[in-house]
Amino acid sequence: MNTLLEIEGVSKRFGAVIANENISLTVKGGEILALLGENGAGKSTLVKAVFGLVRPDSGTIKIDGIVMESSDTAAAIARGVGMVHQHFQLVPVMSVTENLILGDEPKRFGVLNIKRARAEVLSLSEKYGLEVDPDAIIEDLPVGMAQRVEILKALRRDVKLLILDEPTAVLTPQETDELLEVLRNLAKRGVGILFITHKLREVMAVADRIAVLRDGKLMGTTTPKESSESKLAQMMVGREVVLRVEKGPGKPKEVLLAVRNLKVIDDRKLEAVRDLSLEVHAGEILGIAGVEGNGQRELVEAICSMRPRSSGEVMVKGQVIPNLSPRAAHLAGVSHIPEDREKHGLVTSYSIADNLVLNRFDQAPFANGWIRNLEKVANNGEALVEKFDIRAPNASLSADSLSGGNKQKVVVARELSQQLDVVVASQPTRGIDVGSIEFIHNQLISARDAGAAVLLVSAELDEILSLADRIAVISNGKIVATFGSKEADRNTIGRLMAGLAS
Amino acid sequence: MKLRTSHYITLAFLVVFTYFYRKDGLVATSVLYTAIQFALPLALAAMVGVMCERTGVVNIGIEGTMLFSAFTAFFAGAIMKDTVQGMFVGVFTGAMMGLLLALMAVSWKMNQIIAGVIINILAAGITSFYYRQNYSIPATLHPIDLPVVGAWPILGPVLSFHGPITYFGILFILALWFALYKTSWGLRSRAVGEQPASADTAGVSVTRLRYMNVTIAGAVGGLAGSYLALEAVGIFERGFTAGKGFTALAIMIFGRWNPLGALAAALFFGLTQAVTNQLMIDEVVEIPPQFITMLPYILTILVLAISAGKVRPPAAEGIAYEKEKS
Repeated sequence: MNTLLEIEGVSKRFGAVIANENISLTVKGGEILALLGENGAGKSTLVKAVFGLVRPDSGTIKIDGIVMESSDTAAAIARGVGMVHQHFQLVPVMSVTENLILGDEPKRFGVLNIKRARAEVLSLSEKYGLEVDPDAIIEDLPVGMAQRVEILKALRRDVKLLILDEPTAVLTPQETDELLEVLRNLAKRGVGILFITHKLREVMAVADRIAVLRDGKLMGTTTPKESSESKLAQMMVGREVVLRVEKGPGKPKEVLLAVRNLKVIDDRKLEAVRDLSLEVHAGEILGIAGVEGNGQRELVEAICSMRPRSSGEVMVKGQVIPNLSPRAAHLAGVSHIPEDREKHGLVTSYSIADNLVLNRFDQAPFANGWIRNLEKVANNGEALVEKFDIRAPNASLSADSLSGGNKQKVVVARELSQQLDVVVASQPTRGIDVGSIEFIHNQLISARDAGAAVLLVSAELDEILSLADRIAVISNGKIVATFGSKEADRNTIGRLMAGLAS
Repeated sequence: MKLRTSHYITLAFLVVFTYFYRKDGLVATSVLYTAIQFALPLALAAMVGVMCERTGVVNIGIEGTMLFSAFTAFFAGAIMKDTVQGMFVGVFTGAMMGLLLALMAVSWKMNQIIAGVIINILAAGITSFYYRQNYSIPATLHPIDLPVVGAWPILGPVLSFHGPITYFGILFILALWFALYKTSWGLRSRAVGEQPASADTAGVSVTRLRYMNVTIAGAVGGLAGSYLALEAVGIFERGFTAGKGFTALAIMIFGRWNPLGALAAALFFGLTQAVTNQLMIDEVVEIPPQFITMLPYILTILVLAISAGKVRPPAAEGIAYEKEKS
């Protein structure tokens, strides 16, 4: 097949950060090229340059042999480049149809032909086997569905080169498999695919060729046949990575966290947690396995007093935690690694150092009565950046400037660098890179070994299986079964998660 | 909700009409006629807000835009001894004010509230510094006697015999509603106001659309200013617009950033003012005139308090669009 995309010597820097350094790559029609790298390795910047969202400092980008002159999205689209963004580029208040036609609307004298647009959406979704409801409003759709709209949006423009920026970060395992199937079909139709990810399993499953980026440099290209997951991980991180978590057996002691007959109402005013009870002992990790949306979020928020409990109680070290006081929960010894780090974990416009003391900025040594001790805050910041391997030039930069994995490390550093009694970790490794995942897993295990009671909620069954000492399966707001880590079996748990009795 | 609001407003009109009609049919129609006159500049000014904010630019410089345009429209009309030419000067002035806002808010990425304040201060300063007495325009713009409609009983005298800017303004508001919801320009504009990055990745130029809409909106503000100076009263005074540009923002919010909603809200404001005027003329109530001038502001506070938290502004309003982000 012909060469669709040629990247030659592209470099780009943002201030002091080198995002891309002299990168050259090609993608042919009908080929799936996986661009692999840790967060902050420069993958997103590179593809944004191809799509005209970022102007490279030097180097050329050729599409179909023609040099793309400037950073011009419209020109890239006209050349047949389509992009599925990591953060969906959809207008939440508009319908699927409106989103799909935006920028290239069927119209007559400027007046929209909504009927034709709708028909077009239906035929498009049929052609590629991606079912969507043309009249649904984006903000009402589940993530996997919204992504479909995003893909259809690219396909509608007759793409020759489809770029996907970490498309699977937000998907469930099933949705991921469906997506990979869609990508294979598109490649068969001759579409060139540039697929960004840091999930090794997907790369091995779907890629024709693999390019690995590290610290803005191209480390090399390979193929799934010539490589293996551990080789790729090593290329990505630059050192050997232990994909399996190494941990000794847990030594559970007294109960630190007890949840009794908890009932919680969700945002839609439905009962999401139904009469749930659980206990977590000092020195153990209790993993909550379950398909997302079965009450995990509400359970975590109720334990941390962020969401009102309609009945039941939460006790830490035998002390009842008052309703709706995250501060009381924190003071009682609950550390919380929230599911949505941008929303509940960080104030992204604050500095890293300030974010590292968000929950204790007013306590000694970080404050003296009403006056903050900024020197202590700064020292603490530098120390934790060092200790938790947060990749930032210094702790006075805003948290905004960090990649996802490093943002998460800031949250983890803050929550785990205090007196540890109870640790509630919700999706602690979602959307972050292999190196950071390994690091965070080890931190959770050392928290356990230091005598903390760890409650781990994750949608990734593998994560639960490798970390937890005990596994509780949640379905429809209830714990339906509990296993010791030895007796846990993937299939049984999977069936229970899906709501099928074992 | 929108439907219910418009029902209330229709009801208010009926109640007012019945109240005055029991005493005098002519007074009843004239109150409603005046209500339209009071409503029009507010409605047009609210359209300035709708057009800007729907594309994501906050415009609190509507007051200044109207004031400056009223000023240029009046003095151009007086010097050229031609009211119609004065109107075009007013509209052009408004467009230039819009362009200035676009320059500050879109290109220079200034804080949009401050950009608006600059426009207001600029307009207040220049218009009072260059203000001269003893100028007059030849005549106000000619009212139009609508054929057919003018002969209708009751509605005829209410709807007919308004000036050209009034009729054009109402048509413009209807057209703007259509354009916003039924054309590709509208779809793109709303997308830019909600999620500019989505529009950008779909190949829509955020900068160009914001420039275009803010400038056209400025021209509409110029038309509203010209209306005050050339069609409604035929004079110009310092501080002539008396807060109408700010009231318009409340009207825009009350109308949920929808041209028709804002038109309905403006009619309600106009009605309140017309009724108060009539009650004062009839000497039914004795209110010091200071309180009458307070009325629009009090209403504004009430309306904003009532609709607070219930309305959802365009998501990207007030935020300059940054294309390159790592």
